[in-house]
Amino acid sequence: MARAFTPKVVTANDLLEGDVIYQTEDDSWSRDLSEAELITDEAHAQVRLLDAARQANKIVGAYLADAIAGDKGPEPTHFREDFRRTGPSNYAHGKQETSPQPRV
Amino acid sequence: MYRYSEFDTAFLAERNAQFRAQVERRIDGSLTEDEFKPLRLMNGLYLQLHAYMLRVAVPYGTLSSAQMRQLALLAEKWDKGYGHFTTRQNIQYNWPKLNDVPDMLDALAEVGMHAIQTSGNTIRNVTADHFAGAAADEVADPRPYAELLRQWSTDHPEFQFMPRKFKIAITGSENDRAVIKAHDIGLQLVERDGVLGARVIVGGGLGRTPMIGKELSEFVAFDDLLAYLEATVSVWNQIGRRDNKYKARIKITVHEHGIDAIRAKVNERFLQVRPQFKGADMNLLEEIKGHFAAPAFREASVASFESAYTNDPVFRSWVDTNIAPHKNADHAIVTISIKKHGQTPGDATAEQMRVMADLAEEFAYDELRISHEQNVILPHVHKSDLPAIHAKLKEHELATANIGLISDIIACPGMDYCALATARSIPVAQEIATRFEDLKLEHDIGHLKIKISGCINACGHHHVGHIGILGLDRAGVENYQITLGGDATETAAVGDRTGPGFAYDEIVPAVERIVEAYLDLRDSAEETFLETYRRVGMAPFKAVLYPEARANAA
Repeated sequence: MARAFTPKVVTANDLLEGDVIYQTEDDSWSRDLSEAELITDEAHAQVRLLDAARQANKIVGAYLADAIAGDKGPEPTHFREDFRRTGPSNYAHGKQETSPQPRV
Repeated sequence: MYRYSEFDTAFLAERNAQFRAQVERRIDGSLTEDEFKPLRLMNGLYLQLHAYMLRVAVPYGTLSSAQMRQLALLAEKWDKGYGHFTTRQNIQYNWPKLNDVPDMLDALAEVGMHAIQTSGNTIRNVTADHFAGAAADEVADPRPYAELLRQWSTDHPEFQFMPRKFKIAITGSENDRAVIKAHDIGLQLVERDGVLGARVIVGGGLGRTPMIGKELSEFVAFDDLLAYLEATVSVWNQIGRRDNKYKARIKITVHEHGIDAIRAKVNERFLQVRPQFKGADMNLLEEIKGHFAAPAFREASVASFESAYTNDPVFRSWVDTNIAPHKNADHAIVTISIKKHGQTPGDATAEQMRVMADLAEEFAYDELRISHEQNVILPHVHKSDLPAIHAKLKEHELATANIGLISDIIACPGMDYCALATARSIPVAQEIATRFEDLKLEHDIGHLKIKISGCINACGHHHVGHIGILGLDRAGVENYQITLGGDATETAAVGDRTGPGFAYDEIVPAVERIVEAYLDLRDSAEETFLETYRRVGMAPFKAVLYPEARANAA
């Protein structure tokens, strides 16, 4: 039996900046995971991933990442995605510099 | 120091112009990412977790002060004010923007540097003993040969699309500081009947299948060596496995075919290849050797050094730990630790790079080295200059006396930066260093090498650490496996796994228990951790790591 679909967000890296970005419902890209579109339907997820892949001159390496609904929007379920939305732990660089992303 | 010829300069300018055009075509949409990716990787540009990463080659780890200053400029102008020195003697910039990379490469070319073949399935930056040309124990300086290999391997038409990457290391000493037995090819310069040549080791490597290299030939004279290496890489290029990325490295080829069969194939291929080498390479080597002539070592009294050594305990501790013997008795080799307790191993700020460049220019015949252990070396220093160097280093947090000690940790970037990582390494290194600094035990523990990788690819050399730590993702949680008894030197060995791994918050206490056990078990303060481990074996360390297992068995 296929595994049950778990909620996802579409994420990628920005072509020019290289930083982590998330697809929003209005089809733009946000630097903030909490603004991402949380996708709960598998077919819709595939459509949104295709939407992202078509923007090859803006983004790199789009994929579906697991996320769950939190108080302020989607939150990561895996520590890798937690690092991606925050930045490295040895310096306050990356997204920590611009918009605080407290690690839970 | 190698100075670029007109050919080198023109080649690099053309290559950089090509890459600039490729970046433009990627940005205007003419190239897809699938088309662009192999092109950027050929020029050292990765896309990591949070940003692009540019990996710049420091060929055989040698830099001039002008080059070091340029690395500082890149860090300041196009990055976040620092660079990360790696276990392949490269420097990585963690935050460049795609648009800026062509300018960064042009700036590097101004000082004869590049990022070519720091990635991809090519022959990578050739690494060398970081004490080359200075060590008291070497047969010859291996760097001229390393430079010859750089020129031979760069854009070599036969070796651009190999089964996998290929790494070569070279040393001129019996004491192996270049980890030659963990490379695809390791070369040890040896002299036989007055002829200089190399012992050739093949099929070593770390990663998911760690192997200690085997001897392919005990001696190949220099005038045959390039043909012999070409034959070796060529045999692997032909029969190495392309069906499975994890079985593609030459270590697997050697393992599957056996060293004797590989030797026979190499010898056969060598006979075909040899006539193509008509001596031009040897003429070139002679010319390159001129670039690496030893400086005219100055003569002066060492009295000021001796007086500082006697009177200043902080200086004495630094000398005892960070200074190695030089082939000229009045000189010394200085290893500058860029691993102050709690700092990221291998990171140097732009300001620190400039300070080290200034010291090299003023006191060290304008030479610096990067070690695979992620430190910076002033290879030639007159002993009378050591107090002044130490004083300057202290002002810039570069005077930590910890070389070869427990806080002199190799750590890969891990999950903090690397897209391949499965767990963090940097914070583990930071916490181990800080913990043992707090305990004030470091100098009592003595020679102990901890090496940490954040994934199975083993950039942090964990297999050959006296204590190796491997970070993994176990069901969505960071988990750290420990190996003991690894050795990166001429007595190379792959460490043994202790057993089940430890959670992130358990790994530092686990290391502490291992070290406490060692302090209890050692014969005397002179017996190193590795010697003790080899004498007593795994059992007593397992007992302290997994006390519950013993309780359950009882």
